[in-house]
Amino acid sequence: MLQAVLPHSMRMLRGRSVLDWSYAAGLVLGALFALARYGSYMDGYEKAILLLAAPVFIALGWGWGSIRALLLVAAGVSLLAIGAYQGELVRSEQAFLLKYLISSQSAIMWMSALFFLATASYWTGLLGGSDFASQVGTGLTWSAVVMGSTGLLVRWYESYLIGADIGHIPISNLYEVFVLFSLMTALFYLYYEERCGTRQLGAFVMMVVSAAVGFLLWYTFEREAQEIQPLVPALQSWWMKIHVPANFVGYGTFSLAAMVGFAYLMKTHGAARSGRGALALWGAAMALALLLALEAVAFRKTGSSTFWLAYFAIFAAVFGAIVALRKRIAERLPAREVLDDIMYRSIAVGFGFFTIATILGALWAAEAWGSYWSWDPKETWALIVWLNYAAWLHMRQMKGMRGAPLAWWALGGLLVTTFAFLGVNMFLSGLHSYGQL
Amino acid sequence: MTQQVHTYSPARAALELLASMRFAVSLLTVVAIASTLGTVLKQGEPYANYLNQFGPFWFPAFQGLGLYSVYSTWWFLVILAFLVTSTSLCLWRNTPRMLREIGRFQQGLRERAFDNFPQRAQFASAAPQGGSVERALAYLRENGFAVRTSALDDGTLIAAQAGMFRRFGYVLAHSAIVLVCLGGLADSDALLKLQLALGTKQLVRGDVRLAEVPENSRLGTGNFSFRGNTLIPEGKSSDVTVINVGDGMLVQDLPFSLSLKQFQIEHYTTGQPRLFASEVIVTDKDTKESFPARIEVNKPLIHKGIAVYQASFDDGGTLIKIAARNLFGGAAPLRSFEGRIGEVLALELGGMPYQIEFTAFRPFNIENVGAPEPEAAGSLMSRMRSSLGSASRLQSKRELRNVGPSYQYKLRDNAGQAREYHNYMLPIQVEGRWLLMSGMRDAPGDAFRYLRLPLDDNASLDEFSRLRDAVLNKALYADVGRRFALTAAKSDALNETMRTRLQETAERVLETFSARGFQSVADFLEKAVPDDEREKAAEIYVRVLQGAAWEAWMLARERAGLKRLEPDAAQARFVQDSLNAVSDAFFYGVPVYMQISGFDEVKASVFQLTRSPGKPIVYLGCGLLVLGIFAMFYLRERRLWLLVRSDGIAKLAYSPTRRTLDEDKAFAMHRDALMRILS
Repeated sequence: MLQAVLPHSMRMLRGRSVLDWSYAAGLVLGALFALARYGSYMDGYEKAILLLAAPVFIALGWGWGSIRALLLVAAGVSLLAIGAYQGELVRSEQAFLLKYLISSQSAIMWMSALFFLATASYWTGLLGGSDFASQVGTGLTWSAVVMGSTGLLVRWYESYLIGADIGHIPISNLYEVFVLFSLMTALFYLYYEERCGTRQLGAFVMMVVSAAVGFLLWYTFEREAQEIQPLVPALQSWWMKIHVPANFVGYGTFSLAAMVGFAYLMKTHGAARSGRGALALWGAAMALALLLALEAVAFRKTGSSTFWLAYFAIFAAVFGAIVALRKRIAERLPAREVLDDIMYRSIAVGFGFFTIATILGALWAAEAWGSYWSWDPKETWALIVWLNYAAWLHMRQMKGMRGAPLAWWALGGLLVTTFAFLGVNMFLSGLHSYGQL
Repeated sequence: MTQQVHTYSPARAALELLASMRFAVSLLTVVAIASTLGTVLKQGEPYANYLNQFGPFWFPAFQGLGLYSVYSTWWFLVILAFLVTSTSLCLWRNTPRMLREIGRFQQGLRERAFDNFPQRAQFASAAPQGGSVERALAYLRENGFAVRTSALDDGTLIAAQAGMFRRFGYVLAHSAIVLVCLGGLADSDALLKLQLALGTKQLVRGDVRLAEVPENSRLGTGNFSFRGNTLIPEGKSSDVTVINVGDGMLVQDLPFSLSLKQFQIEHYTTGQPRLFASEVIVTDKDTKESFPARIEVNKPLIHKGIAVYQASFDDGGTLIKIAARNLFGGAAPLRSFEGRIGEVLALELGGMPYQIEFTAFRPFNIENVGAPEPEAAGSLMSRMRSSLGSASRLQSKRELRNVGPSYQYKLRDNAGQAREYHNYMLPIQVEGRWLLMSGMRDAPGDAFRYLRLPLDDNASLDEFSRLRDAVLNKALYADVGRRFALTAAKSDALNETMRTRLQETAERVLETFSARGFQSVADFLEKAVPDDEREKAAEIYVRVLQGAAWEAWMLARERAGLKRLEPDAAQARFVQDSLNAVSDAFFYGVPVYMQISGFDEVKASVFQLTRSPGKPIVYLGCGLLVLGIFAMFYLRERRLWLLVRSDGIAKLAYSPTRRTLDEDKAFAMHRDALMRILS
């Protein structure tokens, strides 16, 4: 029986190129260097996480070549930024490179701008039938991912510049995880784009990333949430380093699946001139617009309400236009089987990681709060998200359900996911109060 | 799935339903919806809060439905029980078949059946000699297939399969659900609820000393699963933990005692907590041995299967030294006394009996005393610019400062009405002057309204008291009025009648003010002055009041043998602050300000103690769940048959469990490769 598994896994090592091996060697050496240099500040778990990060990224890079380039560039740019800091925070005001390009906030602002531009490019490509524009979209999305990763890496460094006891991995509050969410969603999309050759989907998926970035900008300008905050005692744990990223693989892929589901519905009802198909599309589009501009509803009392009205209006107009142009869009979208396949895969990946994330959360909770499951609102909503996709997968796998109902369901899943991710922090209180709005 | 025909029986039909996929998926949805309930309504709050929120009609109704602890109500447990049953039935039905099929190669596939597969091919092959079959086998093995060959009359059939472990995944993931639910049940308070329902244990309600809790409300050390909270003040110890259930509690005995040496709390410069740690000594009751331990957040202590977590902290009975001052007369404190946080003392204030309850003490308060950012500088560009750079810059805009200790107390009158007070020990600098702050609120939900007592140049309340006593002293009014009119007359050349009127006005304003501060002045204006002139009149009255107050203060100073002060902006400010304070004192509830003159802090640490025997089961379940899910989604289970007929025709059939685009590609790849090998 073992035979059935082994040759398969061993093949991963066979036939690797020099480039593959030097990539692996680079990562291993990097990890060892970090361990030698900073190991004395880490506990055993943190060392283990550092050392395990190497094989994880080796596997990722071997499985998907583009990750290597991303790692190389993001690490290079971050090191450049760190070098430019010369160990002093004030340099972010003085050095041009830091002030306008690659200090954490500048990089994240660039990421935001690039994501918006990428969305626009993808739409130009889709509506104008221009491959070139779509390719530009891909390029812009990659650049945004590079800037975003750099932003987080440099932020990590900056946190240590503020104070040795303040430094921590930048995935500890809502601001930081929103950047992470944008990156994860974009990266998973880019993966499927490369594998399935589906540039047209970028237009859809980048909508959800743009919405996240819109929120991020509001959060920055209105709430000044970008400030690095020290960790409260409950968060001072190595668990955070694995719990949060695993969670955001889930949130990212679920959102991705929802947008692909929307594209699927477009493809299905695209030809409909009027009647139920078109009506359904309109409904879906407006619901999505409302959902993506959800903050508009929640925050209309605080801040400038015109900002949110405009925000919602933009989404409504964009989605209205999408539905109005459905015929043209539907013609250019990939085949339904392809869409269905991507939707399934991203939910399957997300489900796996979301399960891990929830379990890691439970293990951490057991240590920090004294109970692996306290029915805290965030926990409960994670369970609800999990149950939702468990049901989705059961229907598809066991009942053989396919087509529009599943696409609708995936789209509805976005509502549940968004609530778990954001709504809980806005409307409910509980132990997870670090992400309070 | 094969359908067998049975005669109808309700029991079998029920079983069928329970084991059905439809039922299982519906259950997932039901659990999700039921779980939502508990997140909408805050769980486990004191019952009084719910009563407040829902009123006397809905409160018992919701209580009956168990909405205050949804996740341990009978109906929620019943739903979970259904989930466990349904999953177990699915497992029981499918596992044997699943496991059987892992090892079973389907070698009996008929040639006709090849046509039933959507993914099939037929091609010419160079007869099954020359080792081409062996090469085909080698190719399949290379690609992760396990293979069996069987010789047929007219050729060879290769049955290949791969990824059969996926089926283990099904078994693992579904047993995991059962394990997690059962483990969770063991750790829940279901058993406790059952004991309460049967009456073998009884809740204690109200204020009861732990030592006086009766036997049928205590749980022995043998109790195999519990979760309780224990508060231990510094220097004290405890060998029990309190389990809160609804509006009552039970006491759980522990096999050891914990004594708190010290509770340590550290803060970042921004005021956020950085570290909570308790230094404890654990004394085992059986062995009588003691050992020290340190408990931190994220670093629990585990002893005798009981985990002790740093859950929270509290005041452990800090001693507060108080100087009670009359707000309406005299500079010297009325009296001094002491009290501990948590204590209730009887007190007489202004001839009325009160109870003072010391509720909270904070050794420091970190507040933002930086000047607020000027608004409207926020063009998009400038806001954009301010969000560039490093993510640390905001800190420069804030000025966080520790404004020192504060304490809170409640004053309860005869009728049981309580007002809450919040007093800072140290004066707080506001726009250049020093003010002593005391907050008061009538209801717990309100914000504190602050009484601000201005300090003089000697950092004492003496000058404020002098000014206040003079302003409220009616015997002085004639004198003050005269002086005020004279001073005013010096600047403006006024005639006699005007001066008399000014003097009268000054006297009247003071008189009015002394009744209820600015409120009575406003009431007076309301009555005496027509609408359109009121604003102007108010302005004049305030100016007169300030002038008269100044004269009153100076008069009082002269009588005390002190020299007159030169009026300047700072003195004017002081007069204004004093008048505000006098006016606010009328609405302070009691005429006494309880100034804190010293304290002796005692902290307490709150621990959560749990014994959760279900934990290993749940963790095992979690592990299995992950393995199962990854096996199910990432192992591609597929079967392949290759029939190599002696007449030179080969037939290929491919059957993945899931037909995805990847499998289409895989099929094409295998087809082309096998075609090449066999031809």
